[in-house]
Amino acid sequence: MNRIVAPAGIFLLLVLGACEREERAFRADPIATETEEKIALVPLSPGSGPPVEHRTGKGKEYEDNAYHVAQGKRLYTWFNCNGCHSNGGGGSGPPLMDDRWIYGGQIENIVQTIREGRPNGMPSFRGKVPDDQIWELAAYVRSMSGNVAKDVAPGRNDDMHPRPAENREPDSPPVAGGSIPPSAEMPQ
Amino acid sequence: MHRRLACVFLILPLGACQGWQSALDTHGPAASALEALFWTFLSVLGFVWVLTMGAVALSLRRRRPEGEDPLVTNPRRESRMGWTISGAVALTVVTVLTLTGLSYASQKHLFEKRDDVLTIKVTGHQWWWQVDYEDSQADKRFTTANEIHIPVGEPVLLKLESSDVIHSFWVPSLTGKMDLIPGRQNTLQIQADREGSYRGQCAEFCGWQHAHMGMLIVARPKAEFDGWRDNQIRDATAPQTDERKRGEQIFFSKPCVMCHQVRGTSAGGKVAPDLTHVGSRQYIAAGTLPTTRGNIAAWIVDPQSIKPGAQMPVIKIEPDELDPLVSYLEGLK
Ligand code: HEC
Ligand code: HEC
Ligand SMILES: [Cu+2]
Repeated sequence: MNRIVAPAGIFLLLVLGACEREERAFRADPIATETEEKIALVPLSPGSGPPVEHRTGKGKEYEDNAYHVAQGKRLYTWFNCNGCHSNGGGGSGPPLMDDRWIYGGQIENIVQTIREGRPNGMPSFRGKVPDDQIWELAAYVRSMSGNVAKDVAPGRNDDMHPRPAENREPDSPPVAGGSIPPSAEMPQ
Repeated sequence: MHRRLACVFLILPLGACQGWQSALDTHGPAASALEALFWTFLSVLGFVWVLTMGAVALSLRRRRPEGEDPLVTNPRRESRMGWTISGAVALTVVTVLTLTGLSYASQKHLFEKRDDVLTIKVTGHQWWWQVDYEDSQADKRFTTANEIHIPVGEPVLLKLESSDVIHSFWVPSLTGKMDLIPGRQNTLQIQADREGSYRGQCAEFCGWQHAHMGMLIVARPKAEFDGWRDNQIRDATAPQTDERKRGEQIFFSKPCVMCHQVRGTSAGGKVAPDLTHVGSRQYIAAGTLPTTRGNIAAWIVDPQSIKPGAQMPVIKIEPDELDPLVSYLEGLK
């Protein structure tokens, strides 16, 4: 008898797991404008020690949430990022699915890249994309190089696959470097 | 008391027999064919049901006396039984065949298609309908959303596509359902025989706001339809009053332009409803709110409490920006 009841009990307990599901934050704070991240673009600073930085930790909220990453994926084509970066492999903009980052591969750096723009042809989306969507985009950009959890990264495309799905990307932790495609370099 | 409650419940469904979204109040050949089928099936099968129940009741009352020896046969009774059963089986076959034949014959109306008629491409999005009027002349094509105008009494061909998940196009008073499937195009011909507005609804569960994915079909005489179309083809007229000019400036300076198009201006987003003539539509947000000043304001300030999960984000708007912005949108007739 116990041989049946005990496994059945455990099984029923497992079912309880279904009672909680991931939060979907549809409605961003309408009052908030920009998050106060303080990011340095170089490792150098006068005196001893690295530059003073301040990361609010908001990035985790986005990187660990499948809904946000999936929304980011939708917005990536809605706002025409693929026009310049293609599906991550790069075009007139640098590739986003590799481990090389010109301006840093942490989510806060990417948020800054999208919001401020970058001098060699990356437009600034400040005021044209609400802050929470910039975070969603940045979280998705991170997933392109395997830098979000596998169960959070998008699993498959609804249409053709130009490359393996994001959750099958090998982890590639950010490395400083990266290069601007010649087509995007400003004439000197 | 109980009986009265039961009566109320029985009467409630009658409400479905009439109205602008009812499969039993039809005004087009396809829907009428379906309605005729419905009533035929209901009466034939209802009659069969009553007959069967009568036979069951009869056989319960007129049981065979107990103690009859099963080995003693009565040839006359047996042959009567044989005839009755064969007759019932034959009638069943005839009924099934007749109903099948009738259904088959109705397909002529349901799937009838002509290609020399007004053609409209309808694309399903989570959770609204994009409507593209096609024409061989490029300057007669235009885009709108959630409201489809058609000339009364003429067939119109719809090309159904989807940009994300499966949706289903259903205007009960005019036509049966047809799915919108990503990666393929289905076609459906509709016709309205009476002037009026008919409500439609997405009929395939497609996510959070599926229930708020409605649409309106407006059927008008040809001349009125042509007038409407000429107006829709036009670009948005430039604002005249100071307030609307300011509203336009605010619209351009906000994220609105990333998603929405206002033809004739620099707002060129193509992923959300075209707003060129949003003020001329009867509803906003896919049949969710009537187009009034208050509702437009409510939608812009907080779309996520009206349609949680909808693909329009909450956007920060200063209190003194709202009035001009709403005036601008409302005036896009
Ligand atoms: C007009 C073309 C264009 C568009 C559109 C565009 N980018 Fe870029 N992006 C660039 C270029 C060019 C660079 C390199 C800038 C530089 O090196 O100064 C860049 C750089 C970046 C970087 C930094 C890469 C690194 O190695 O540090 C990120 C991240 C990025 N873009 C993300 C996006 C996202 C997300 C979008 C959509 C919201 C987008 N871009 C839209 C052209 C574009
Ligand atoms: C990220 C894309 C996006 C942005 C930015 C955006 N919208 Fe929308 N908007 C949508 C979508 C998607 C819908 C359709 C929602 C639905 O019905 O489910 C919509 C619907 C509307 C509607 C109703 C249109 C109709 O016919 O049903 C109005 C009006 C509107 N938006 C105005 C605005 C204004 C004003 C702004 C700027 C403050 C704005 N939108 C910014 C995506 C966007
Ligand atoms: Cu639906």
